[in-house]
Amino acid sequence: MKKGVMRPGHVQLRVLDMAKALEHYVDLLGLIEVDRDGQGRVYLKAWTETDKFSVVLREADEPGMDFMGFKVIDDACLTRLAGELLEFGCQVEELPAGELKDCGRRVQFSSPSGHRFELFAQKQVTGKWGLAEVNPEAWPRGLKGMRAVRFDHCLLYGDELDETLRLFTEVLGFTLAEQVLDGGTRIAQFLSLCMKAHDVAFILHPEKGRFHHASFFLETWEDVLRAADLISMTDTSIDIGPTRHGLTHGKTIYFFDPSGNRNEVFCGGDYHYPDHPVVTWTADQLGKAIFYHDRQLNERFLTVLT
Amino acid sequence: MGRQHQVTEARSGQRFSCDEALPVLTAMEQHGLLCVPVGCRGGGCGLCKVRVLAGDYECGRMSCKHVPADAREQGYVLACRLFARSDLCIERYSKPCSESTVDPQQRQKVSL
Repeated sequence: MKKGVMRPGHVQLRVLDMAKALEHYVDLLGLIEVDRDGQGRVYLKAWTETDKFSVVLREADEPGMDFMGFKVIDDACLTRLAGELLEFGCQVEELPAGELKDCGRRVQFSSPSGHRFELFAQKQVTGKWGLAEVNPEAWPRGLKGMRAVRFDHCLLYGDELDETLRLFTEVLGFTLAEQVLDGGTRIAQFLSLCMKAHDVAFILHPEKGRFHHASFFLETWEDVLRAADLISMTDTSIDIGPTRHGLTHGKTIYFFDPSGNRNEVFCGGDYHYPDHPVVTWTADQLGKAIFYHDRQLNERFLTVLT
Repeated sequence: MGRQHQVTEARSGQRFSCDEALPVLTAMEQHGLLCVPVGCRGGGCGLCKVRVLAGDYECGRMSCKHVPADAREQGYVLACRLFARSDLCIERYSKPCSESTVDPQQRQKVSL
């Protein structure tokens, strides 16, 4: 949080069919629909999140990620970072308050990897879903499906990882928590704002701007197994898991939404402080780095992107 | 169960029956075949792109990045969104996986 960027705030995803997408994100993942707007976008949140929304779905002819947003500490920070992004050489666009419902002004920019990101300082605070602000119970009744706890991070595929790392560390205050090195080339970088092993991650890929997955946090391994049961019960397209990653050591399962966007639910994993040395895996152990038990590369995991 | 149609994949010569209520890719997976690569199964990633060489079919929604309108007119579809309405002859169309990978050995193959 060195530069005032606090945490992931939201992700806007494109889906081919909104009704099917909502069955997936609401009934299966357990996100809660909180609003819709004039453009037909649907706003969702996970139950522990205090801001109004964290996932925005937009119907389009091509799935993928429109942008990922990070929340900064205040409006002055937003203004300062907009200037620093311009100095870095980013194309910066400001979107007015209300363009996303109940969200303050946003500063949008593209990373060298070809992804669209944005920063914002204000969003309506609606509190944790189903819990009182004072004397809150442990969890609310009435959660659906996997009962996703929070939107956690995205993994993105693109090129120019070095410049992307420089942008995220020097301008936005992320630290490099984990990496995969192929000789002198960094082919994966996991970046953190706080104690999490990653708030956003990038893997080297010849094409810019591709989306690998949006990830949601669960509390326990039992919850991950229960998610796997639900994936089977609903005949949802599975990618791989339940298993463990070498990178971050998170326990995980991957599956696809009805438009082919990959989702992850996971639990556990390493913690990271800014003074920790970077955790490094080598490319010759890439299979184990990605899937700790199989220790083999799964071609689909590396090549199936939206 | 709906009507059954025979689907033939031209490159491999593999043949399987397909319930018309199921996507062709799902029917292929149920028969334990891999003549068309399986990706997201949601019309998004483009891995299971095929060209329909003969037969009648319908399609669900799929990414315009992988199947733009003109390609669709030429019979290109994603097999996960392809529903047979008669016996079909299809041909797999897929970039070799090695074109887009972080696996160093695979990338070496590409650069050779």
